[in-house]
Amino acid sequence: MIELRDVHKAFGAKKVLQGVDLTVPTGESMVIIGGSGTGKSVLLKCILGLVRPDAGTILLDGKDVTTEERDDFLSHFGMLFQGAALFDSLTVWQNVAFRLLRGSLKRPKDEAREIAIEKLRRVGLGPDVADLFPAELSGGMQKRVGLARAIAAEPQIIFFDEPTTGLDPIMAGVINELIREIVVEMGATAMTITHDMTSVRAIADDVAMLHDGVIKWSGPVGEMDNSGDPYLDQFINGRAEGPIEAVR
Amino acid sequence: MLLSPVAGLGRSTLALLAMIGRMGLFFAQTLAAVLRPPFYLREFGQALWAIGYNSLPVVGMTALFTGGALALQIYAGGSRFNAEEVVPSIVAIGMARELGPVLGGLMVAARVASSIAAEIGTMKVTEQIDALVTLSTDPMKYLTVPRVLAATISVPVLVAVGDSIGIFGGYVVGTGRLGFNPAAYLKNTADFLEMWDVTSGLIKGAVFGFLIALVGCYFGMNSGRGAQGVGRATKSAVVTASVLIFAANYLLTELFFAA
Ligand SMILES: Nc1ncnc2c1ncn2[C@@H]1O[C@H](COP(=O)(O)OP(=O)(O)OP(=O)(O)O)[C@@H](O)[C@H]1O
Ligand SMILES: [Mg+2]
Repeated sequence: MIELRDVHKAFGAKKVLQGVDLTVPTGESMVIIGGSGTGKSVLLKCILGLVRPDAGTILLDGKDVTTEERDDFLSHFGMLFQGAALFDSLTVWQNVAFRLLRGSLKRPKDEAREIAIEKLRRVGLGPDVADLFPAELSGGMQKRVGLARAIAAEPQIIFFDEPTTGLDPIMAGVINELIREIVVEMGATAMTITHDMTSVRAIADDVAMLHDGVIKWSGPVGEMDNSGDPYLDQFINGRAEGPIEAVR
Repeated sequence: MLLSPVAGLGRSTLALLAMIGRMGLFFAQTLAAVLRPPFYLREFGQALWAIGYNSLPVVGMTALFTGGALALQIYAGGSRFNAEEVVPSIVAIGMARELGPVLGGLMVAARVASSIAAEIGTMKVTEQIDALVTLSTDPMKYLTVPRVLAATISVPVLVAVGDSIGIFGGYVVGTGRLGFNPAAYLKNTADFLEMWDVTSGLIKGAVFGFLIALVGCYFGMNSGRGAQGVGRATKSAVVTASVLIFAANYLLTELFFAA
């Protein structure tokens, strides 16, 4: 279970998170929605310890993530970055198998490669891309390689930052299904950021909406449509008019 | 109004001091990372190749032309005292003790500090450093340590090669242009050059190599956001590495001089 309590983060004078409270139960799929630049990516990075919150506590199974042994803690995590963040000095399969080629999960090269190719297949990429470099792939392909890398070591907790952005509708459907499978079959806890409402409905058990530095609404995905919350309504229906001002 | 230049000066002094402090911390972190496993051998091998082997042409060319010019200058100076015969020994001593390490170090700084800073800076702005951390890999151990060790080991080797090529450059000019007898030139070089001349230059090379890679990694890891951030990191790395080479060169020379 991941618990955030009153988490604050500012960059200089810019306040991004201003008291976020959120609980993600083990084995659940939580989807975070919210406007561009509201701090969704920063929120995930706070949990991973990549960004240090200014105030508040973040607990993983009741233990404070900032004081826990970091390597041990991160070995249970997988993360898909918004920009894929593939290592451009390594080939696609070496990216996917990164964790399997070094450290505590190290295994023979052939085996690591086989697992990498299997994970690539699950994100809809053939074995022919395995020996290419990330720079030789399209944006959507890079994203899927990043996804394969995030799930390669079968982590218990997986974060997906906009997994379907830049994918065609069919491929987005494949990825939505994959994320759902990972949660159901592997029993993993997932946190996904997305702007794609189809994706929200396909992936989520619970939905949380971040706005103005706090969680404005959270609840089961089934209650999203008749929440009565004007912010959430405006967001999920994509209306220009409403309490959230669209600067023009 | 009148005070603002002074205030500006004060601010940049403070910023400089803060940077020196952060670099000191980075230095300590690097040392701590060197001592703890794991050690990434493959990355170390690649760094040796990129920093050492690939710098050979540029260091060799620099030394060759410097040795040639040095022979002419020493001849011009020496002839004022009727002491033209010092050319071979002074070329050798000058190359080994000073010009080999300093000019070689500067050329490597231009080539390597910039490329390290740009590469790591790009990794930083594209979140690859963050990705390393989430994959349970310490960026200090995976990126910094291999580069720093490779530079510390390979720059002395480059300096040794540069010394030899520089002395050869002096020989070519000395025998071809200044009328020295080839055998006498070589004998003169060998007779007067002491082991310590060479060793002290190699020690300088090791220190310079260490500084170059450390500074490159530091500015890369602390790169600002976007292409502009990487550009600034690259520039700062080259400038800082070059200035540090001159400063360290003076301090080391003073130290060797006293010894
Ligand atoms: N390292 C940083 N330094 C300074 N500001 C930052 C940094 N990281 C994020 N920010 C700022 O924090 C705010 C939130 O950024 P974040 O990337 O979390 O947005 P987001 O909700 O993920 O948006 P999007 O949906 O567009 O990805 C932005 O205004 C951004 O400028
Ligand atoms: Mg984001």
